[in-house]
Amino acid sequence: MYSNLWLIPFFPLVGSIFNGLFGKRIKNEAVIGGIATGMVFLSFLVAAQNFFKLLGDTEKVHELVIASWISIGNLQINWELLLDPLSAVMIMVVTGVGTLIHLYSIGYMHGEEGYYRFFCYMNLFAFAMLMLVLGGNALVMFIGWEGVGLCSYLLIGYYYEKKSASTAANKAFIVNRIGDFGFLCGLLTLFWALASKGVWTLNFVKIAESGHLLESGGLLITVVTLCFFLGATGKSAQIPLFTWLPDAMEGPTPVSALIHAATMVTAGVYMIGRMNGLFAMAPATMMTIAIVGGLTAFFAATIGLAQNDIKRVLAYSTVSQLGYMFLAMGVGAFSAGIFHLMTHAFFKACLFLGSGSVIHGLHHAYHHAHLHDDPQDMRNMGGLRKKMPITFITFLVSTIAISGIPLFSGFFSKDEILWWSFGSTRGHWMLWVLGAAAAGMTAFYMFRLVFMTFFGEQKTDARAKDHIPESPFTITIPLMVLGLLAVVGGYIGVPAILGGANRFHHFLEPVFGHALELNHIAAHGTHATEYTLMAISVAIAIVGIFIAWVMYVKDPELPAKFVGRFTAAHRVIFNKWYIDELYDFVFVNPCKKIGTFLWRGFDVRVVDGVVNGTAWVIKGLGAGLRYTQSGYLYNYAVAMVVGVVVIIGFYVF
Amino acid sequence: MITVNHYMLLSAILFAIGTFGVLTRKNAIVIFMCIEVMLNSVNLTFIALSRHVGNMDGQIFVFFVMTVAAAEAAVGLALMIAFFRNRNSIDVDDFNMLKW
Repeated sequence: MYSNLWLIPFFPLVGSIFNGLFGKRIKNEAVIGGIATGMVFLSFLVAAQNFFKLLGDTEKVHELVIASWISIGNLQINWELLLDPLSAVMIMVVTGVGTLIHLYSIGYMHGEEGYYRFFCYMNLFAFAMLMLVLGGNALVMFIGWEGVGLCSYLLIGYYYEKKSASTAANKAFIVNRIGDFGFLCGLLTLFWALASKGVWTLNFVKIAESGHLLESGGLLITVVTLCFFLGATGKSAQIPLFTWLPDAMEGPTPVSALIHAATMVTAGVYMIGRMNGLFAMAPATMMTIAIVGGLTAFFAATIGLAQNDIKRVLAYSTVSQLGYMFLAMGVGAFSAGIFHLMTHAFFKACLFLGSGSVIHGLHHAYHHAHLHDDPQDMRNMGGLRKKMPITFITFLVSTIAISGIPLFSGFFSKDEILWWSFGSTRGHWMLWVLGAAAAGMTAFYMFRLVFMTFFGEQKTDARAKDHIPESPFTITIPLMVLGLLAVVGGYIGVPAILGGANRFHHFLEPVFGHALELNHIAAHGTHATEYTLMAISVAIAIVGIFIAWVMYVKDPELPAKFVGRFTAAHRVIFNKWYIDELYDFVFVNPCKKIGTFLWRGFDVRVVDGVVNGTAWVIKGLGAGLRYTQSGYLYNYAVAMVVGVVVIIGFYVF
Repeated sequence: MITVNHYMLLSAILFAIGTFGVLTRKNAIVIFMCIEVMLNSVNLTFIALSRHVGNMDGQIFVFFVMTVAAAEAAVGLALMIAFFRNRNSIDVDDFNMLKW
């Protein structure tokens, strides 16, 4: 029935191997990019086929065993794939957005030196991500989990000859290791806990079935889920492990769009959704997740207010939006979280690709004028809406969507999350306040970005300003498709209160419904409250946009005055709350010191000392003993005779 | 009456003379002859004790020793010639290259 599922991760793997092996010799960009894009598109077609089959199917959970992997006694671990509504949504997002971004990259990466290398990594990433979301047991998922981490590292460090890029890649990888450590701890603890109840399994379906064997709300399940959550904070850039994501912007822009906005960073959210049964049983963990998510949404948004690098603003915005998703997961709004994951994938990918289009245009212009200005600095932009109309319109649409203006996709998903964070049995009004404040700031900084980039006077250097072209079709087509999705993507999940059927929620019901029911998680409240909250959050967003308009269009002198007035506050958020410096002080430098001590103190003195000392002693002994070797025959003969006499004497007497 | 003890004593004396010769003489051929004396003293022990305990094994062993001694004589003399060609001498004091 669903036996062709394995083709979905298989196609990108083939593309990756092909480009990796032959790309260097082919050299033709159209062939390399075409194969990579085509492979992802093929898996999109297969994914769509399976998705629609699942839509019409009454049985919603399907497992496909490809091969046996580990078989020890009662334990049987297979290479297996799992198709249920959750993974169906994920494969559609990954392959759909993935195809568009691959197409975009054909134009964006034109003329780059490692063209084939880029597409090889991108395909490998698509493969790993699909293994992650399709994996039917935790080990297959873990392979995908590590695979996307590796590809993220490779692609952040794509310009590896640049010091900052390779440092950023290392940072991303090392911070992710901390999270992966948590993931593994959680996995092994869970395995041990279930095995002690007689269930030897890592299979997600079986874990969900036997989750009730563990004590609900007990210490064990709390520890397990907290460990998993630590894994999620690493992969999905939440407090305290979010610092790598803004630095990851060193990679090419399509990478930021695909990996660091639309897909990989949402893996943590997906993982919590995949194990929702366990998380729902641990209220303490859920509360931690909600608080961490809310705080991340809030703090990342504050940092976004003052950044000048176009991609960095988007990076903090991504961290903030991921915070929303975790907030949703934490208050039990699993389907709303996944819904936001999907709409966010649309509009944030569009925003990143739009920023890439702007950077591409400016880069072209600077190149033409032989200038070395920073094409990512928004202070060099302005007035681009006439130069790049398609980029401008799609960017504006996505910005409206992320700001949560009604009728656009972000509104439906964000409002659902805010409503649950207020009205859920696991929610709290404080969480709602955090979320709503972050929503207001999001609207402000996103429109600040739009106004600084596309409106007002053009601040680009005079020699370059007339040479900014609109990007080619391979770049604008994905923008248009994603812009369209950013508008209409929300309509599959219109909540009941607005007269919709919330199809998305019902589609995911088979995955999440059971856990919610079992643990009595639901959102309560009157319609009046819900309407009021909705109105307030929309009002906050509009106020945010209005302030941005006043500050960056109406009166462009205002920001400077504002900064002059609140110097200290501005400096703190401009420097990202000094979190990097704090981590350097608390973790990185002590680690380096310990390392230096172990190197100078332990390795050089003790380890090398033991080795060299042994050699020195042996050398001394040899120097002494060599005098026994005279070379004269009778000396040896005497030695033999004495030896024989001693041995015989020993035995006789 | 000559008992087995006399044979043992003679054999011991021969062996001691041989050993003494090996350790003290400088001429390689003489050292070689001393080794032969030691071997033959051992042969004498074999035969005497074989007779004494009434078992023929010892006598058979002597044939082996003699065979080996003959082979050894051939190899040994060949070595001497090789040495002599090199050093114009068969004095063992001149063969002291086996050292550091």
